[in-house]
Amino acid sequence: MTTTLINGATLPDGTTTDLLIADGVIAERGAGLSAPAGARVVDAAGLVALPGLVDLHTHLREPGFEQSETVLSGTRAAAAGGFTAVFAMANTMPVSDTAGVVEQVQALGDAAGYATVRPIGAVTVGLGGERLSEIGAMANSRAGVRVFSDDGKCVHDSLLMRRALEYVKTFDGVVAQHAQDPRLTENAQMNEGALSSELGLKGWPAVAEESIIARDVLLAEHVGARLHICHLSTAGSVDVVRWAKARGIEVTAEVTPHHLLLTEELIRSYDARYKVNPPLRRDDDVRALREGLVDGTIDIVATDHAPHPEESKDCEWDHASFGMVGLESALSVVQAAMVDTGLFGWADVARVLSQTPAAIGRLGGHSHSFEVGASANLVFVDPASSSTFTVDRLAGKSHNSPYLGMTLPGSVRHTFHRGYPTVLDGSVLGASEVAAAAAAAGVARG
Amino acid sequence: MRHLLSTRDLLRDDAIGLLDIAEDMSEVQNREVKKLPTLRGKTVVNLFFEDSTRTRTSFEVAAKRLSADVINFSAKGSSVSKGESLKDTAQTLAAMGADGVVIRHSASGAPQVLAQSGWIDAGVVNAGDGTHEHPTQALLDAFTMRRRIHGDAARGRDLDGVSVMIVGDVLHSRVARSNLWLLETLGAHVTFVAPATLVPVGASTWPADIRYDLDAALAEVQPDVMMMLRIQQERMNAAFFPTTREYSRQWGLDDERLLALRPDSIVMHPGPMNRGLEISSRAADSAQSTVIEQVANGVSIRMAVLYSLLSGDREARS
Repeated sequence: MTTTLINGATLPDGTTTDLLIADGVIAERGAGLSAPAGARVVDAAGLVALPGLVDLHTHLREPGFEQSETVLSGTRAAAAGGFTAVFAMANTMPVSDTAGVVEQVQALGDAAGYATVRPIGAVTVGLGGERLSEIGAMANSRAGVRVFSDDGKCVHDSLLMRRALEYVKTFDGVVAQHAQDPRLTENAQMNEGALSSELGLKGWPAVAEESIIARDVLLAEHVGARLHICHLSTAGSVDVVRWAKARGIEVTAEVTPHHLLLTEELIRSYDARYKVNPPLRRDDDVRALREGLVDGTIDIVATDHAPHPEESKDCEWDHASFGMVGLESALSVVQAAMVDTGLFGWADVARVLSQTPAAIGRLGGHSHSFEVGASANLVFVDPASSSTFTVDRLAGKSHNSPYLGMTLPGSVRHTFHRGYPTVLDGSVLGASEVAAAAAAAGVARG
Repeated sequence: MRHLLSTRDLLRDDAIGLLDIAEDMSEVQNREVKKLPTLRGKTVVNLFFEDSTRTRTSFEVAAKRLSADVINFSAKGSSVSKGESLKDTAQTLAAMGADGVVIRHSASGAPQVLAQSGWIDAGVVNAGDGTHEHPTQALLDAFTMRRRIHGDAARGRDLDGVSVMIVGDVLHSRVARSNLWLLETLGAHVTFVAPATLVPVGASTWPADIRYDLDAALAEVQPDVMMMLRIQQERMNAAFFPTTREYSRQWGLDDERLLALRPDSIVMHPGPMNRGLEISSRAADSAQSTVIEQVANGVSIRMAVLYSLLSGDREARS
């Protein structure tokens, strides 16, 4: 079992401390800790320590789309970005709609060891939007699924959505809705507005998202269930969720890093790296999303990491796939959009990228507030650095990042998952080393 | 000019320059020998991912009159329809030594993707992309208007103060978009008339007046130019308007509306026409109609564009 002494890290509240990591937990904290014999010593002066980041919205693509990403490569990307837990979306092939598939995904994650993998179960069989999948079996499986989503598709049938909300309540689960009215967005390519009209790209109107959210918060209120809204992208959606929360409805909402930073203007290039669903919106939407994140209307940031092979993006806009990779860049983008703009302190970052997503996903024993005895999931960030984002920063299989060539602040220096390092000095450790550490940690835990 | 991708970023002087070159090309077409040696040894590829006999033929004639070698590469029945990507097609054409690529594609932005991709070094001419732009159509329309209005004194002139009414399916029309930007650049004033379902979202921010009632707009504006847009069959199944009869009654250029025009107004249509739907036969065949002139002018404009893009040493020009 590895023991590590972290010297002089700055905690999110601004205080500086040493941290001793032993047996997978934070064993001691305080000034002037001394390293036990054989311990690794990490100088964290000038680095901000955060609880390991938790992504409630990751596409790991395995099983079925291993040309884009695997559980191993996707969690390697997670570690590079400072994440120690990812919730894996259900739109795999076969779809993660049975206990067998979710247990398999979780087992692959456990074996790889880069991050804790928590599978998300499909709401409906095959994401077909017609019949509920075996939600109970997935909830009671070894994977212990608590988040259910047809992400990529909207559960658009009102009655089915009502039943899903009610049924998932039985298992203390939550439905994570991909809010997109399918009829209003047939063949939609980008945000609908003056720019889509000028570029001749079919519009994806804000109302297609907002109307589904409005319906779903009212359904959640009616049946007394928890509801989570994936990737809010419009100012109107923020208004609807704000109204719902004021009314006492149990709704949580996420925003992606890219919707906090990028706008539709990038699409003038017809560069398909900017093609994503929901689409990049206007300046006003970006501003409203940031405000919503500040005032708590939006609870968390989640990446919607969506890897695609090069040929899916190196083509005509209409023919390109939707999605961007986001795990490796998320923290830098949040720093650029929220911290460097003065809207957020690091404690807020810890809340929206770790503590709250863990709570929504019912991920126990993972995130923390650096208390002694907490599971040692930790990330150390150098907030003062600034660099051009290049493919060197990407650790997954796919390179469809919209940030390539952009200058972004911050970099992940070290990541610890359950007490063992997955990233040291900005380099992701090798797969066999991490897998061995994970196996040892598993044995140690019993 | 390296490529012609849109009229939106065409500068006024460049646009007028192209129209003036087209005047010269037009004179060549009245000669007994219609051919110029300008592009001898150059290869122009017509890369058509969408059917269009008219536009392809027009570019083919234009390239041949400039003595270029022309290859027609149609996506239908070629490897493109078997899943070959734009990238592979472009690299294939590059390997064959294409100097210019005239591309028509159903995906908006495909010509721009091709031009900035690095897959091929050729000059790219957008011959119509999705619902984005159709710049040579707008140029030939402007050329036609300028000739009708200024006659032999057309050279060097813009379209300052000319009022152009464009009627019909603006939402899906790349012709309407290209015309709007070019006419704006040349000083003309554009009025769009269409049912609200066929007006693009956000068009209120465009430099055009938007009207729904054709008769009221005609009476008020008394336009110099009436441009009727083609109504495509597939729009009728998508509930943009109830029936073609209703559309025709409300927004068609029928005989009564033809009579309501000023006698010196001109009637334009990019073709192919749906006679009896958006335009009556009498309107299409009247002395005010420029439909046939537009076709002839199309060749002159495309000669001017190919000449501007491909003549001389392209590297030195870019």
